[in-house]
Amino acid sequence: MRFILGFIGSVFAGILLISMIGNLSTYFGNKPAPLAAEEFHLEPRALHLKSDGPFGKFDKAQLQRGFQIYSEVCSACHSMKLVSFRELKGLGYNDAEIKKIASDWKTQVPSINPDTGEASTRKALPSDAFPSPFANEVAARAANNNALPPDLSLMTKAREGGASYVYSLLTGYRDPNTYKNEAGKPLPNEAKPTGTLHFNPYFANLNIAMPPPLTAEGQVTYAPGNPKPTVDQMAKDVAAFLVWTAEPNLENRHAAGIAVTVFLLIASILGYLAYQQIWHDAKRAVRITGPLDPENQAKSKRAKAKQGVAG
Amino acid sequence: MSFSWARPYEPKHPVMRWLDERLPLPRLVYGAIGGGYPVPRNLNYFWNFGVLAGIFLTIQIVTGIVLAMHYYATTDGSFNSVNGLIMRDVNAGWLLRYSHMNGASFFFIVTYIHIFRGLYYGSYKAPRELVWMLGLVIYLLMMATAFMGYVLPWGQMSYWGAQVITGFFSAFPLIGEPLRVWLLGGYAPDQAALTRFFSLHYLLPFVIAGVVILHIWALHIPGSGNPTGVDVKTEKDTLPFHPFYTAKDGWFAAFVLLVFAVVTFYAPNYLGHPDNYIPANPLATPAHIVPEWYFWPFYAILRSFTIDFILPAKLWGVLAMFGSILLLFFLPWLDNSPVRSGAYRPVFKRFFWLLVIDVVILGYVGGAPLNWWRTALGQLASAYYFAHFLVILPLVSAFETTDPLPTSISESVLHGEAAEAAPAGQTKPRRGSVATAG
Amino acid sequence: MATQSAEGSTTAGHDGEGEGVRRRDFLNVAAVSFAGVGTVAALAPLLVQMAPSADVLALATTEIDISKVQPGQGIKTQWRKQPVFVRNLTPKEIAEADAVSLGELRDPETLAQRTKPGHKNWLITLGVCTHLGCVPLGIGDGENKGPYGGYFCPCHGSMYDTAARIRQGPAPKNLMVPDYKFLSPTTVQIG
Repeated sequence: MRFILGFIGSVFAGILLISMIGNLSTYFGNKPAPLAAEEFHLEPRALHLKSDGPFGKFDKAQLQRGFQIYSEVCSACHSMKLVSFRELKGLGYNDAEIKKIASDWKTQVPSINPDTGEASTRKALPSDAFPSPFANEVAARAANNNALPPDLSLMTKAREGGASYVYSLLTGYRDPNTYKNEAGKPLPNEAKPTGTLHFNPYFANLNIAMPPPLTAEGQVTYAPGNPKPTVDQMAKDVAAFLVWTAEPNLENRHAAGIAVTVFLLIASILGYLAYQQIWHDAKRAVRITGPLDPENQAKSKRAKAKQGVAG
Repeated sequence: MSFSWARPYEPKHPVMRWLDERLPLPRLVYGAIGGGYPVPRNLNYFWNFGVLAGIFLTIQIVTGIVLAMHYYATTDGSFNSVNGLIMRDVNAGWLLRYSHMNGASFFFIVTYIHIFRGLYYGSYKAPRELVWMLGLVIYLLMMATAFMGYVLPWGQMSYWGAQVITGFFSAFPLIGEPLRVWLLGGYAPDQAALTRFFSLHYLLPFVIAGVVILHIWALHIPGSGNPTGVDVKTEKDTLPFHPFYTAKDGWFAAFVLLVFAVVTFYAPNYLGHPDNYIPANPLATPAHIVPEWYFWPFYAILRSFTIDFILPAKLWGVLAMFGSILLLFFLPWLDNSPVRSGAYRPVFKRFFWLLVIDVVILGYVGGAPLNWWRTALGQLASAYYFAHFLVILPLVSAFETTDPLPTSISESVLHGEAAEAAPAGQTKPRRGSVATAG
Repeated sequence: MATQSAEGSTTAGHDGEGEGVRRRDFLNVAAVSFAGVGTVAALAPLLVQMAPSADVLALATTEIDISKVQPGQGIKTQWRKQPVFVRNLTPKEIAEADAVSLGELRDPETLAQRTKPGHKNWLITLGVCTHLGCVPLGIGDGENKGPYGGYFCPCHGSMYDTAARIRQGPAPKNLMVPDYKFLSPTTVQIG
């Protein structure tokens, strides 16, 4: 049986080695040209938020600014279907303010006319989720050159780089005709955007369907006491807001984490000490009977004699 | 239990006596994990991982049952029930979901360490071959359970992972495609597949629990192995499981749970893939489809076969991937050296470490996007994997000169804990060792 | 984990017990108790997750528009997924309710106690019979109001009067009046 198994193993190994040689020779035979995406794609620029780290907490003022940007800019195309108006309590709004935000929301919730039964809409309630700007995917694509604006509820968990990626993307639009990568190479023509696309090196495929949403300082007016609404600041604020939409329970999680970690640390230490206590006797007891045991003494004596060590 | 000095169960409390006379459960527990189960006294921390696997199985079952109270197994409701309802609205829902998600990863971490302990110390050798094979059955069930569980949130990776894995079956000639359609209940993963995966995902952990009981029962016939691989001979070689190993398992479990808590609370998405936070879209394939990390070595083996050779490359990949686990069933016969523990087998030990490095490389290749050198590396590493078990180990076990063994466990303990068998190994004879004496 | 207690079960401990035992026991007891506390604390999320989730609690309050309900009419609506009867009582119905002496009632309550001051004509109750939970008839036009002019439950024959109080039949209590308030003359908030 071992021969059969050995044979099978050799066959697998053999085929693999042949594949490897084939693969390497194909590669070295004609090296493929590097993809434009590899040469020009940029990793996200780091964004440091108050919610970062194990002790992070949300900056509620920043979250409110970010929400303002979502309301005034992003919600025209992007839905946020998993977030309910009532969750805005986490941003520091009270019940009355939330009720007003919901009923004033420019998109209404689909409903039925109570008198005629026809499809209609109604004002949003705090218990509703944010209504989508488009009725369905077909309508969304029709309004956006066949591109589908993704839902933003989980965006910072759904992209590699999270908030840093969102921030980099929003501030990352560049002119494709003048752009050069870090090695100084200009963008080749086949990598340039076509049709209605826009060049953004932070996007995986380099050319994104979304036009730059934040274009000018003051596009959104912040309430007094807030920093100036530069493009950079607005991008940071909306990225911070999207971290909240993806993880509204972040602060709870961090707080519970400290309690559990400290508890388990103490439990481990207590447990370790109890373990040492219990075993201390066990090892000592064996040692007591060990070397002094006549049988073992005789053995050691014989072993030493054989090795030529003086007894 | 075959050790003559094992303490018999003597209930002191009248309620326990009443219960034991009618249903011998107390006696069973006492003899399995209480003061009535003698265990070699020289076990190192690698022996803790079986219990840890049991703990994570329990965590998964408990969090899973509770999550199932809120989960909707429908293609349009599933993603929202997990990421909307459970994560946001259910009280402590986020904790339950993150615990279940990371609990699966930790279950695999401790199981892999447990398996590698078995590989190094020869735990698969006679008379424990069946323990080993039952363990492999548990491992296969774990992989099926984990795969189906990952499909349930119906994210992009859930859907496309299901596509790829069920696609394996279509590699088999003639029966492949009908088998795939039968498994899915359709032509692509859809409602039928989701509901049946939910049903089976709920069922299999209990099957695992049953096989775990058989696994432990089979182990308790010869008793636990130990780092020297030398059999238990006298009472001096053992200690009762309680309180010695209950204490050791207890404190180390608290420590591992601490690590688990740090990951669950502070880096809950580190071991996952962001694409699974995008709802499944059958019309858009993610840039890189990868399974969860614990499947990466097998994924690497699958993707390593790139040329057709009598059989199509895809079929070779599938056969090799399943074969890589099935060959482990034959391990007790492939490696028939009479010396169990790798600590006393210098040549085996070196190949063991090569295997560990090889599996790590396979894991890396399986999780990363393919390019020319990663493919080549994967092919080399996969070739080594098969060669290791099917060619190298049989040869090594036939021709190796092993180090002299201690005559007994207590002997090896007596002559210093430092000299006790450990993976870092001790290749020169210890002072006063019984290399020559009898 | 242990069926036998941990006390003094170190098999090799035949050296002097005394002080050593006490310290050894304390550490063991401390460690096991700590673990016990942890296990109980770990139960908390498992139990709490069964309590109503935030989305269910959000629907605990409902606003109802009563502008279209004429005197003598009623509407059946919903609150916390249960039926609610909103009835606009006519002066004749109010008089009938007030004429009943409390001694005749199984569950004595006046109409004034079951309505809001200044809105005595608005009778807002749950539409759940207090016997075994059926939805009584009588709220809609043409439905059987029973001999007392209020509601009639077809399941076991409970009969309610114009103030929705139980008069005959097996139900023990009057139809429940939920917590509500008038936000405006035409809007009521329940819950």
